Amino acid sequence: MASENPDRAHAVAFTLNGEAVRAHVPARMHLGDLLRQSFGLTGVHLGCEHGVCGACTILVDGRAVRSCLMLGVQADGATVETVEGLTESGRIRDLQDAFHARNALQCGYCTPGMLVTAAELLDDADAATSREAIRAAIAGNYCRCTGYHAIVDAIASTAEARGQGRRDAGRDAGLEAAE
Amino acid sequence: MSADPGGLTFLDRPNSYIGRSVPRPNARRLLEGRGVYVDDVAVARLGHVAFLRSPHAHARIVALDTADAKAMPGVIAVVTGPELAAVCTPWVGVLGHFKGLRSAPQHALALDRVTWVGEPFCAVVAHGRAEAEDALAAITVEFDPLPAVVDMETALDPATPAIHAELGDNLAFERVLNVGDVDAAFRDAALVVEETFQFGRHTGVCLEPRAILADWAAADGMLTVHHSFQAPHMMQDILCKHLALPEGAVRVICKDVGGSFGIKVHIYPDEMATCALALMLKRPVKFVADRLESFQSDIHARDHRVTARMAFSAEGDILALDMDDLTGIGPYSVYPRTSAVEANQVVNLTGGPYRHQHYRARARVVLQNKAPTCQYRAVGHPIATMVAEGLVDLGAARLGLDPLAVRERNVIPDDAYPCAGVSGIKLEKLSHQAALAKLKAMMDYDGLRAEQADLRRRGIHRGIGLAAFIEITNPSAAFYGVGGARISSQDGCTIRLDPQGGVVASVSVTEQGQGTEGIIAQIVATATGVPMDKVRVISGDTQATPYGGGTWASRGAGIGGEAAWQAGKALRGNVLVVAGAILQADPESLDVRDGAVVDAGTGTERMPLAELGRIVYFRPDTLPPGVQPEFVATRHYVPKDYPFAFTNGVQASYVEVDTETGFVRLLKHWCVEDCGTVLNPLLVDEQIRGGIVQGIGGALFEHCLYDGEGQLLNGSMADYLVPMAGEMPDIAVAHVVSATASSEIGAKGAGEAGTAGAPAAVVNAINDALAPLNARVARQPVTPEVVLEALGLI
Ligand code: FES
Ligand code: FES
Repeated sequence: MASENPDRAHAVAFTLNGEAVRAHVPARMHLGDLLRQSFGLTGVHLGCEHGVCGACTILVDGRAVRSCLMLGVQADGATVETVEGLTESGRIRDLQDAFHARNALQCGYCTPGMLVTAAELLDDADAATSREAIRAAIAGNYCRCTGYHAIVDAIASTAEARGQGRRDAGRDAGLEAAE
Repeated sequence: MSADPGGLTFLDRPNSYIGRSVPRPNARRLLEGRGVYVDDVAVARLGHVAFLRSPHAHARIVALDTADAKAMPGVIAVVTGPELAAVCTPWVGVLGHFKGLRSAPQHALALDRVTWVGEPFCAVVAHGRAEAEDALAAITVEFDPLPAVVDMETALDPATPAIHAELGDNLAFERVLNVGDVDAAFRDAALVVEETFQFGRHTGVCLEPRAILADWAAADGMLTVHHSFQAPHMMQDILCKHLALPEGAVRVICKDVGGSFGIKVHIYPDEMATCALALMLKRPVKFVADRLESFQSDIHARDHRVTARMAFSAEGDILALDMDDLTGIGPYSVYPRTSAVEANQVVNLTGGPYRHQHYRARARVVLQNKAPTCQYRAVGHPIATMVAEGLVDLGAARLGLDPLAVRERNVIPDDAYPCAGVSGIKLEKLSHQAALAKLKAMMDYDGLRAEQADLRRRGIHRGIGLAAFIEITNPSAAFYGVGGARISSQDGCTIRLDPQGGVVASVSVTEQGQGTEGIIAQIVATATGVPMDKVRVISGDTQATPYGGGTWASRGAGIGGEAAWQAGKALRGNVLVVAGAILQADPESLDVRDGAVVDAGTGTERMPLAELGRIVYFRPDTLPPGVQPEFVATRHYVPKDYPFAFTNGVQASYVEVDTETGFVRLLKHWCVEDCGTVLNPLLVDEQIRGGIVQGIGGALFEHCLYDGEGQLLNGSMADYLVPMAGEMPDIAVAHVVSATASSEIGAKGAGEAGTAGAPAAVVNAINDALAPLNARVARQPVTPEVVLEALGLI
């Protein structure tokens, strides 16, 4: 009978926002619930729990993942980052500033997932960042409040600033000449 | 625009924040994932409730066995409808000013009969939601299915059974309006066009589902309710009434709300049940709808069929409009706003931008066994706008006239106000002509027409669609109060000066993401003279804010903002009296600017507010005799001269239709809107864009599908399509400003504008694209299937 108990917990250990953590997780609990309920990371928002809205998006081993589509037990050994961790590390500070300046959020419920998706896009220096490419990249993140337009603006301006930063850094290091 | 006591308008006060695109102070928190939505609130001893919901559209509950469920691990209680009814009284969703509106008593949990798929009739409270759901599966129910009323077209047939036998039939409400001589106008017209428009049911799909946490502290007789909701004081009042509690025993807190759009301003059975369960169990109980529950039980809207005709002169003058609207509202009229409002608005608003004097409308509101419908963003507006704008385009095409020119010819001229619209609505000041002119320039209308014609020759089918509209905002007590609903239309603001010279403003209008707290901070900073970074705004707590209506019908800026402006002015006046006494100066000669008392004439600083705060709060013994500082001021506001501040706007859409697949690609969208004084362009523009995207959702994607038995066919976001970034166009927004003279700040609402006009603009654009192929669509959502049908390809 014990093996059929859906609440039987399994031990997991993983890196969460830079800290080593351990937890006991019922096999049926998804990672989003685990992060919210066991670690108080309420920046992980649940909008549909069936993988469509993107509100629950987090980074697992550096890739954007829907935490409602991954079981807590599957996090064992992984590196997990939520909006709280990305905020504290300062990694998306420029993106958050751009969202703020551009009012690229209203109720803020989609926002953590949107930021994480955008963070992944912006981390890829080779990714195309035209408005169409940005729209395509965030096409899995539902926002009911904004018209997406300001979100696209904010991501585009961050991409532009980072690209400029990279170009400047390249010049400073004399890489252009080396090429 | 009125002057403030300092002789300056708010726009040219030295430190005015009004009209500036300042970012919202509360957005940082949300950007860091530190919002506090209901599901984020942590309380001890929490019980989680899950509801057993009807699998039938209509059935009698013959037997209900909960014994096994009660014995499941983690279960705290299993409660049936009759058990809950001992704590929570039923309600009836009618209003006195909708004569003849009928509904039946509705219980928090259905007693012995269920009337739509998803109606809750039994509750399980457990230590976790998963355990509660496990227990739901252990409940056995025996149903006796009853005939379901599904099709609104046949709901009134004598052969169709009445959903509530005591009402005799399924007609909930009927309104007929007859102005001028409609028959004569049609008889004498050069052209009559007619169309039947079908509007699919859709729903709000707030990203944060409905959520409520009710905590009954028996020891101090206090029910604290954390609620994802728009109108905290209304919820407080209703809980008191139906749970037999005194007003002071209920506190409703609406902290962060993840989208609402009218979905979260109604009384839901499951939410009332959650509060009743907290009382019964003497512990906190939380309900968070899952997405399937949201689709089944959030209010739906827009289930209308409208047949309408419009009469024209040969020159293109609109002479008359005649329409018949039929709408299905589910088995109950929703409490306390009622489900008759949408049809009523359709009657009030259809053809509202135009000068014609002959208008007949009939609206019938019928009961059905589907989820209840009620007010959702831009109540009735998209239907009214689609009907009139669709007919205007038809008329223009038949007369060989340009659709923009026909609108320019027929709108009520900008110099005609104040006047009444044909349906009897009082219009203070609208700007259709200015808005059309602005739109024409902004979209390069003539250039776009040339491009369209050029592409058409090459087999590319693009269309341009226009939609002029009017919008109801700033509602007074004429909206609900006169009908007997205890829904406050007045709002208040209390502002307190703190010892450091900052202010705390508490307001009864609420923050749903549209930026209420931001614009209130801008207004308060401007009115008091305190820098914006020293203004803190509190909203969404019945115990901490003045009494008021909250957020609905685009009233936050126009009503809440004016209350804040008046309270801020009053506080500044009080500050200057005390400063004058200390500085031995005439208060009239002083002003507050950037956090300091200054000489009004020269701007020279006389004393920082922090120093004033120190003296007043900590050394009142040093004040001159007879000076009693009142560093807190409260003002309330409701518009009195007009029942509503009507606003107007016009939208345009540019689309490309793939005539082989039926897919519609949105290329660009424009909106010119007049919301009176623009308090913060950054916030208003994106709110309008959000509204447009919601309107586009209704036009192209969103549809709550039912089968012939009343089964909801699409209960997930994978099946119910919502607009995502990839399909949406860039949206240009511009404003015309006609400030309302009803208030000093002159702000009208802007929340409905986008949703009001977008569907008509998009559908008209599709029809414009299809025109050379002699095809038309008139059924929303316009899916590829609808387009292919129109083209005769399927
Ligand atoms: S909650 Fe995970 S995708 Fe919606
Ligand atoms: S800001 Fe509300 S869902 Fe995106």
